[in-house]
Amino acid sequence: MNQPASAYFIEDRHDPNETHTLSVLVQNEPGVLARVIGLFSGRGYNIESLTVSETESQKHLSRITIVTTGTPMVIEQIKHQLDRMIPVYRVVDMTLTKRSIERELAMVKVRGEGEHRVEALRLADAFRARVIDATTESFVFEITGNTDKINQFIDLMRPLGLVEVSRTGVAAIGRGPEGM
Amino acid sequence: MSDKSHDPNQMTGAAMIVRALIDHGVTDIFGYPGGAVLPIYDEIFQQSEVQHILVRHEQGAGHAAEGYARSTGKPGVALVTSGPGATNMVTPLTDALMDSIPLVCISGQVPTHLIGNDAFQECDTVGITRPCTKHNWLVRDVNDLAKVLHEAFYVATSGRPGPVLVDVPKDVQFATGTYHPPRKSDVHRSYAPRVKGDATQIRKAVSLLANAKRPVIYSGGGVINSGPEATKLLRELVEVTGIPITSTLMGLGAYPASGKNWLGMLGMHGTYEANMTMHDCDVMLCVGARFDDRITGRVDAFSPGSKKIHIDIDPSSINKNIRVDVPIIGDCGNILGDILQVFKAEAKKPDIKAWWQQIAQWRARNSLYYKKSNDVILPQHAIQSLFEATRGKDTYITTEVGQHQMWAAQFFGFEEPHRWMTSGGLGTMGYGLPAAIGVQVAHPDSLVIDIAGDASVQMTMQEMSTAVQYELPIKIFILNNQYMGMVRQWQQLLHGNRLSHSYSEALPDFVKLAEAYGGVGIQVHKPGDLDGAIQEMISVKRPVLFDCRVAALENCFPMIPSGKAHNEMLLPEQANDEATAKAFAGGKALV
Repeated sequence: MNQPASAYFIEDRHDPNETHTLSVLVQNEPGVLARVIGLFSGRGYNIESLTVSETESQKHLSRITIVTTGTPMVIEQIKHQLDRMIPVYRVVDMTLTKRSIERELAMVKVRGEGEHRVEALRLADAFRARVIDATTESFVFEITGNTDKINQFIDLMRPLGLVEVSRTGVAAIGRGPEGM
Repeated sequence: MSDKSHDPNQMTGAAMIVRALIDHGVTDIFGYPGGAVLPIYDEIFQQSEVQHILVRHEQGAGHAAEGYARSTGKPGVALVTSGPGATNMVTPLTDALMDSIPLVCISGQVPTHLIGNDAFQECDTVGITRPCTKHNWLVRDVNDLAKVLHEAFYVATSGRPGPVLVDVPKDVQFATGTYHPPRKSDVHRSYAPRVKGDATQIRKAVSLLANAKRPVIYSGGGVINSGPEATKLLRELVEVTGIPITSTLMGLGAYPASGKNWLGMLGMHGTYEANMTMHDCDVMLCVGARFDDRITGRVDAFSPGSKKIHIDIDPSSINKNIRVDVPIIGDCGNILGDILQVFKAEAKKPDIKAWWQQIAQWRARNSLYYKKSNDVILPQHAIQSLFEATRGKDTYITTEVGQHQMWAAQFFGFEEPHRWMTSGGLGTMGYGLPAAIGVQVAHPDSLVIDIAGDASVQMTMQEMSTAVQYELPIKIFILNNQYMGMVRQWQQLLHGNRLSHSYSEALPDFVKLAEAYGGVGIQVHKPGDLDGAIQEMISVKRPVLFDCRVAALENCFPMIPSGKAHNEMLLPEQANDEATAKAFAGGKALV
């Protein structure tokens, strides 16, 4: 690459991007989520999905699950940058463990009549989605699964009268008897 | 009355702050009062253990605290009010974060019930300073204050040091609660920086060093931060292995400039021999440095043939810019000790005679050459003269940012750590004068000199008033070329010599300015008068503005042009117009 006139060294990096799911165990205290999100925006990292909730209220521990993309070098940086934050206990790259289960939940509102309505119900059944609200002209389906499955379901609902979707983002946990 | 009223640990939040400072051995703080910190100032007034230095702008307090910290190895402390007081601290906090300087900033905040109401002098201090501190806290309950203050000191000074901020609302300063002295449980359980290096990695490192044909040690500010033991061990390692050593801007003084293995500073304005050694080495030992972009030059051509060992206390420094072969996470001093021990027990000095011969050839290029003149003072000559005049004296140097900073790094030889205070990572113009104040407070009897530029020094010039008030005899040695020299240099090299706003048409008369502040002004034009004027400056026991008029158009070489590697340096004798144009050829796109 031709270097333009600049006080900085310009370089192209062509490493392919990877998608990784990170589980981050943090002290649940004011501002902790802002710190984590600020790190991502401040250093130009991507957040594809973010899920956060207190998981052990007595110990004030929260678990943050982040799906992010980047080159292997950037992913490694993200983990180290997270790990050195004061309220962060542990960072586990669930993708690297290759032994993790990832799930998200979506609520999908579909509006339609006649054949479309029947087809929506039939597909929902095939995807093991539950009806959690119904009117004569609409359904709200609840579906859980990995991101691909939910995307697929939403795509199928689109021509059948998809109105809106609310998703939780990805939660992840390792297989087997050990905790993170 | 309850028993609690006699409990000596019952006190107001404001009193806790002063008490915590005393418990952490703080003797000097830098600050500026305002509405939201008045209770703390009232406590300061009623005691004598902590001396408060009143600055003229909060940025000055921050840099003074940094200078204090860098020159002592102890944390620097700044105290500022809410709103503008806190926002004025953003630059020093960021500066300290970039250069890993332990800094504890206490800021006042509007009363808890007004937070979020856009109250007078309110700002979201913890929000604003979150990305520019290692950690920060807003204390809403006076009973949390002691714990937070103790944790703040621990976080600032442990692991990779850095700035922290504790934001204390005014009602919390007034409220009474229970204080406790520092204890281990004050610190987050999630915070446990690693100190000891991995033994297997250390063995790998020793084996690489012992079998190297062309090794180099590249050390940085981490060695200085680690403490005197690390410096000692680094020197011993160089001695025991016979390996050449270079250092970053931040690391100057860890290995003495007069040492026989010293190559000079590396990087964009480093010496030819240091950069060539880095480029051609087969084993590189990086100790407490972070492969910053001013150091590496073009990343994909950085030291292509070497095995790289990287010692750093911060795991995020590893593989950030440059892939390394043997990362060792932990404290520099601790790991250098382990490496030395293993090396002495199991390895022999590598045979690197041929490597030293090669280095001697690079050295013979004399990359710091400049042409002296009898008519006009060359800035390099001014710094060499200053260095000669202060040799053997108990001297501390601070700098501003720009050409003068690079010349100071090139031409002033540092024999000891903690003697060189400069804004490396952030590159903060205006750092040096207040930093010199901090250094002088810590070392009242030492000679403290800010090597300055005429542009930088005006950014925090008002702190001359602080120096005069506290009788701090700092010497501001201004290399006055009337330009923002480094900006102009880049404009000459990259922007067709269009000198857009890099010339100061209306500089103050620095001599009169010094006198207006109650200090001493000295001006010198002629090379022949320089030494005498420097002697005069040193002998004056008051703050001095030294207006050293230097060659206006001198530029800083050698230099690695943008997009080039370490072995493509532009040397001073090549830096004619044609060669420069060629080295920087590449179009006008700006990034």
